[in-house]
Amino acid sequence: MAKFATATKYSAGVKDYRQTYWQPDYRVKDTDLLACFKITPQAGVDREEAAAAVAAESSTGTWTTVWTDLLTDLEYYMGRAYRIEDVPGDDSCFYAFIAYPIDLFEEGSVVNVFTSLVGNVFGFKAIRALRLEDVRFPIAYVMTCGGPPNGIQVERDRMNKYGRPMLGCTIKPKLGLSAKNYGRAVYECLRGGLDFTKDDENVNSQPFMRWRDRFDYVMEAVKKSEAETGEKKGHYLNVTSPTPEEMYKRAEFAKQLGAPIIMHDYLTGGFCANTGLANWCRNNGMLLHIHRAMHAVIDRNPYHGIHFRVLTKALRLSGGDHLHTGTVVGKLEGDRQATLGWIDLLRERCVKEDRSRGIFFDQDWGAMPGAMAVASGGIHVWHMPALLAIFGDDAVFQFGGGTLGHPWGNAAGACANRVALEACVQARNEGRQVEREGKEILTAAAAHSPELKMAMQTWKEIKFEFDVVDKLAAAAT
Amino acid sequence: MSEIKDYASRLSDPASRRFETFSYLPAMTPKQVRKQVQYIVARGWNPAIEHTEPEHMAGSYWYMWKLPLFGETGVARILAEAESCHRAHPGHHVRLIGYDNRRQTQGTAMVIFRAR
Repeated sequence: MAKFATATKYSAGVKDYRQTYWQPDYRVKDTDLLACFKITPQAGVDREEAAAAVAAESSTGTWTTVWTDLLTDLEYYMGRAYRIEDVPGDDSCFYAFIAYPIDLFEEGSVVNVFTSLVGNVFGFKAIRALRLEDVRFPIAYVMTCGGPPNGIQVERDRMNKYGRPMLGCTIKPKLGLSAKNYGRAVYECLRGGLDFTKDDENVNSQPFMRWRDRFDYVMEAVKKSEAETGEKKGHYLNVTSPTPEEMYKRAEFAKQLGAPIIMHDYLTGGFCANTGLANWCRNNGMLLHIHRAMHAVIDRNPYHGIHFRVLTKALRLSGGDHLHTGTVVGKLEGDRQATLGWIDLLRERCVKEDRSRGIFFDQDWGAMPGAMAVASGGIHVWHMPALLAIFGDDAVFQFGGGTLGHPWGNAAGACANRVALEACVQARNEGRQVEREGKEILTAAAAHSPELKMAMQTWKEIKFEFDVVDKLAAAAT
Repeated sequence: MSEIKDYASRLSDPASRRFETFSYLPAMTPKQVRKQVQYIVARGWNPAIEHTEPEHMAGSYWYMWKLPLFGETGVARILAEAESCHRAHPGHHVRLIGYDNRRQTQGTAMVIFRAR
């Protein structure tokens, strides 16, 4: 006769979380969703209790026992803290590893995963600060998500760009231009040799430039520059909108105009809107560029929030063909090793645990396409060798002032960017060390490009070398 | 500040047309082409040669020169094929492709002989 579990008696009151949710002997299942939190507990709260509390509050637990607990199999549904590790060089906090059964999460819902993992638990009193460092999404869950609508390979075929990173430029000033003048700036960049231009994230549909006018003028610029150069071009038309209805309306209009790519801000717009838009893009043969406004609010504090590598995974699951990843070299923050970690998570099929890059789990993406890394912010021709060495080919180098600020205008600035890039790619393919030999490579290329020569004179002295606020904890020995 | 230089590019001027990777650099010398072939071979990609009339280069499909040189790692042999294609079609652009069959894309593509 089959053996049945003994029924439990109901006993009201408050129990220590660790009695239920701390299970150091637990054997992780392939289907479990795993999370690594950095926990800074309140004084007097021990590590096991704090870890168990986070597991409980992000899964089945509440502060007291309730009788309805006994109507379900909590032993099956609960999240469990299964491992605790020191944070190297910092004893104010520790890493807690928590396993969640896959049943806790609605299929294909980045929204639902994050509502649980980073919900009420982040305001929980027993902990002073909490940071979600990494999440292992089981392949069984990954396969329920749509992911990038097109992916790197499809984008390369559609845009006819092979063997090199792509080049973009964000149009400035970001606010205040009329639609027609804005389209002029786009046209000049594209005819000069860039592959893409971009709406600034702040540009949605303000009184000085309504979205429909902008889309019309920009697409005229894209088409003329394509005819003029014989190359494929695009402009990320920002469809981030106040409502989903409006967002889809703008996306439909972009499609009618023949735009190859549109753009969305996935954090301010939200995961729900982003996932819906990614599905729309997949159904309509549209590339999707993703900006990340608000990420630094969430990911910059080393003790509290969500690490960007987790936000990267969220975007790859929700869907996008490009994602801003920081540049390492430009004006915005980002440690080189950590950046290499999350660009792998964005682009590769399978990424192994690597603490030196801040990656806590193996992550298998199965058949889900990868997305292009976008390096944007404060970059110019002198950064090109380093950008190529760091990012390789599957990336967009997104300039702004580094194109538009050229003394001879956007077309010359764009041409300088393109010559610099191609010279670096050619040198790399020839087996040269582009980062070390950057100056010689660019100087030689400038000999036949007055545009590049001028750009190199203009920006020579500009460097951004502030210390990084959020450094990776030294690799555990 | 130096004098502003006009950016010469015109719809009406066929010389304004570009052809993607490396088309903003001067035409490659034979030595430079050889190094790019070596790169393709070193990456384990399959070399292929294609050509087209300059006025039809916008399409996805150029004319294949024979078939891709699957598994060919002899740099001289690959260059010889490219040169035969160029000799047969001096008025065409000839491009060298490295097919990356693992990632199902072209690892690289570049015009190595520009139409005369």
